[in-house]
Amino acid sequence: MTTDSLRSEEDPAGKTAARPFRLAFPPVSGTLRPRQLAVCAGLVVAVFVALCWNVSIGEYGIPLTDVARALTGSGDPGTLLVVQELRLPRAMTGLLAGIAFGMSGALFQTMTRNPLASPDMIGLTQGAGTAVVAGIVLGWDFGLGTQALGLFGALASALLVYGLAWRRGTTGYRIILVGIGVSWVCLSVTDFLLARGGRFQAQAALGWLVGNLNGRDWQQAAPLAYALVVLVPAALLIGRLMRTLQLGDDVAKGLGTRVQAVRLTVLLTGVGLVAFATAAAGPVAFVALAAPQIAQRLCRTAWPPPLAGGLTGAAIVLASDVLARELIPGTELPVGIVTGVLGAPVLLWLLIRVNRAGSGG
Amino acid sequence: MTRPARWRPALLAASLAAVLVVLCLLSLGLGALQIPPGDVLKALLGRPTGPRIEDVIWSVRVPRTALGLAAGAALGLSGCVMQALTRNPLADPGILGVSAGAAFAIVLAAGVAGIGSLLGYIWFAFAGAMAASIVVYLLGRMGRSGSTPVKLALAGVAVTAVLSSLTSAIVLTDPAALDRFRFWSAGSLVNQDASTVLRILPFLGLGALLAVASAPALNSLALGDDVAASLGRKLGLVRLQGVVAVTLLTGAAVAVIGPVVFIGLVVPHVARALAQSAGLGPDHRWLLPLSAALAAGLLLGADILGRVIARPVEVQAGIIVAFIGGPFFIALVRRRRLAEV
Repeated sequence: MTTDSLRSEEDPAGKTAARPFRLAFPPVSGTLRPRQLAVCAGLVVAVFVALCWNVSIGEYGIPLTDVARALTGSGDPGTLLVVQELRLPRAMTGLLAGIAFGMSGALFQTMTRNPLASPDMIGLTQGAGTAVVAGIVLGWDFGLGTQALGLFGALASALLVYGLAWRRGTTGYRIILVGIGVSWVCLSVTDFLLARGGRFQAQAALGWLVGNLNGRDWQQAAPLAYALVVLVPAALLIGRLMRTLQLGDDVAKGLGTRVQAVRLTVLLTGVGLVAFATAAAGPVAFVALAAPQIAQRLCRTAWPPPLAGGLTGAAIVLASDVLARELIPGTELPVGIVTGVLGAPVLLWLLIRVNRAGSGG
Repeated sequence: MTRPARWRPALLAASLAAVLVVLCLLSLGLGALQIPPGDVLKALLGRPTGPRIEDVIWSVRVPRTALGLAAGAALGLSGCVMQALTRNPLADPGILGVSAGAAFAIVLAAGVAGIGSLLGYIWFAFAGAMAASIVVYLLGRMGRSGSTPVKLALAGVAVTAVLSSLTSAIVLTDPAALDRFRFWSAGSLVNQDASTVLRILPFLGLGALLAVASAPALNSLALGDDVAASLGRKLGLVRLQGVVAVTLLTGAAVAVIGPVVFIGLVVPHVARALAQSAGLGPDHRWLLPLSAALAAGLLLGADILGRVIARPVEVQAGIIVAFIGGPFFIALVRRRRLAEV
């Protein structure tokens, strides 16, 4: 938490400031943050536009208006088939994966109080990568397919990181550093498998490793969608619980937060989100890192907001996928290359800011 | 102050030398063609042996062994210099992104500019290593609390992540480059002839000279920047010398064997422990040569292990090193205090 983000929560005009409210029926109380609501609404529109644009490009272009009509189920049968059967699964995979990456990034960043602690930095995506590459190269997929392997790898490396970081409780920094160690080991195993495999298997594996939406169908999108139905509400609920963690472990404990229990729950939810998204779309670089930070600045909150972070993630993945296909005519780059190259400056900028504010360790 | 017993450093040096000689003999003898130690010695002394044996030893095994020793020593030295310069126990050319900088520059040179010769792209490796080390160092020491282990490690990982996503962007668009890259990036000593080893030796020699010459300055730096300055050290000059040494050593090693992580991390810690037990204390005039010898042994040992554990396939030395180094790093992090060196 930086001093600017605290300051920026104050609103000079006072129009969009947070307002507490309490209703008699239903008996709900909370804080109304008009700015956050407005940003989320804007992001929903942006995601929808990006989705339509993503569907409209391809072998032959479909006008945006026809896309919008086909999404609601009307239009001529040819367009309907192309949109709903061929292109929508890809776009939906991107959308859902973006939401999952953005939300989990927000959870991890809040939990460790460090904007750099996204799942790509602490070994989860590397663990998923090792498991999937093992499946592709060695043929050890036991009929489970890329999906289950990615899920297994991310969960296993998360448990490993958490277990190794445990020493009378965990701290955010120990999780980050242990994660770095685990991710190096995973990367070297992946390297070994890549060097061992045949040329075509290596190409396939490396294509998956950078994050790719090519050729996704409903089989990939569906499990991710089911997972999000459970995990998104969970993430939104925990998001409230763990805000006290931002004040430091001691203060949080003093305020009555069960620090270790909350941290474990956050970790499991965040890992679930990343694992399913990685299984469907591959480790799309830097989305989990950049999206929550962008959302935080859009909403002018003092913490990375999970919902807005997820929506930002979806917009980033869909727009990057459009860019990946349109940038070089005739070739389809994997989406992870675009997010990687675009996200690199964001990462460096974050690093500079974090270190300057003195909250990077 | 009691003077250390004379025989302990001598014993340490002798036992290290013995271990290295044994490792060399093993490295010359083990592989797809098993050669008994007697024949290895005969071939080395120029006596007649079997027809294939001489050929295998001189054109395959000797360059491979020499490369393991030279590259290992280079990575160990640069790790030791980096830990002293940054006063950070987690410093390592791999973790702090120096190797990734060199690797990215090499892929850029080979994939985009089409430079295929070692002496052509080694300059790119130097430029990349130097740029990455300066960027990481500057990023890591920003802010009020100066450079802490966590900040430096995160800066290194971030720079590595950036560079590797750019590297994969280049590699993925060029299948031929991918095929070469995936062997090289795992960190391997295989398929290098004697001329390659000879070509990088001048760079490694210069780097080692600079590193060893900076030992007294590194000793004063260990007392803190202020004390070092008041002892008459020009801090900027010491850092420059250190960075140039690290660049030469890491750049040349990475250009040939690929980015190997963790050697530079593990070895200086072991060297400090050994120096302590030999009654030498944390004196860089001892630590640097010790690190070089230990790292040479570690890389060579990893290479030998990689040849025998998964027959008939060979596991690259870099992977074995990462398997040893990863747990070591985690153990280091789990210690109560990440004490500064």
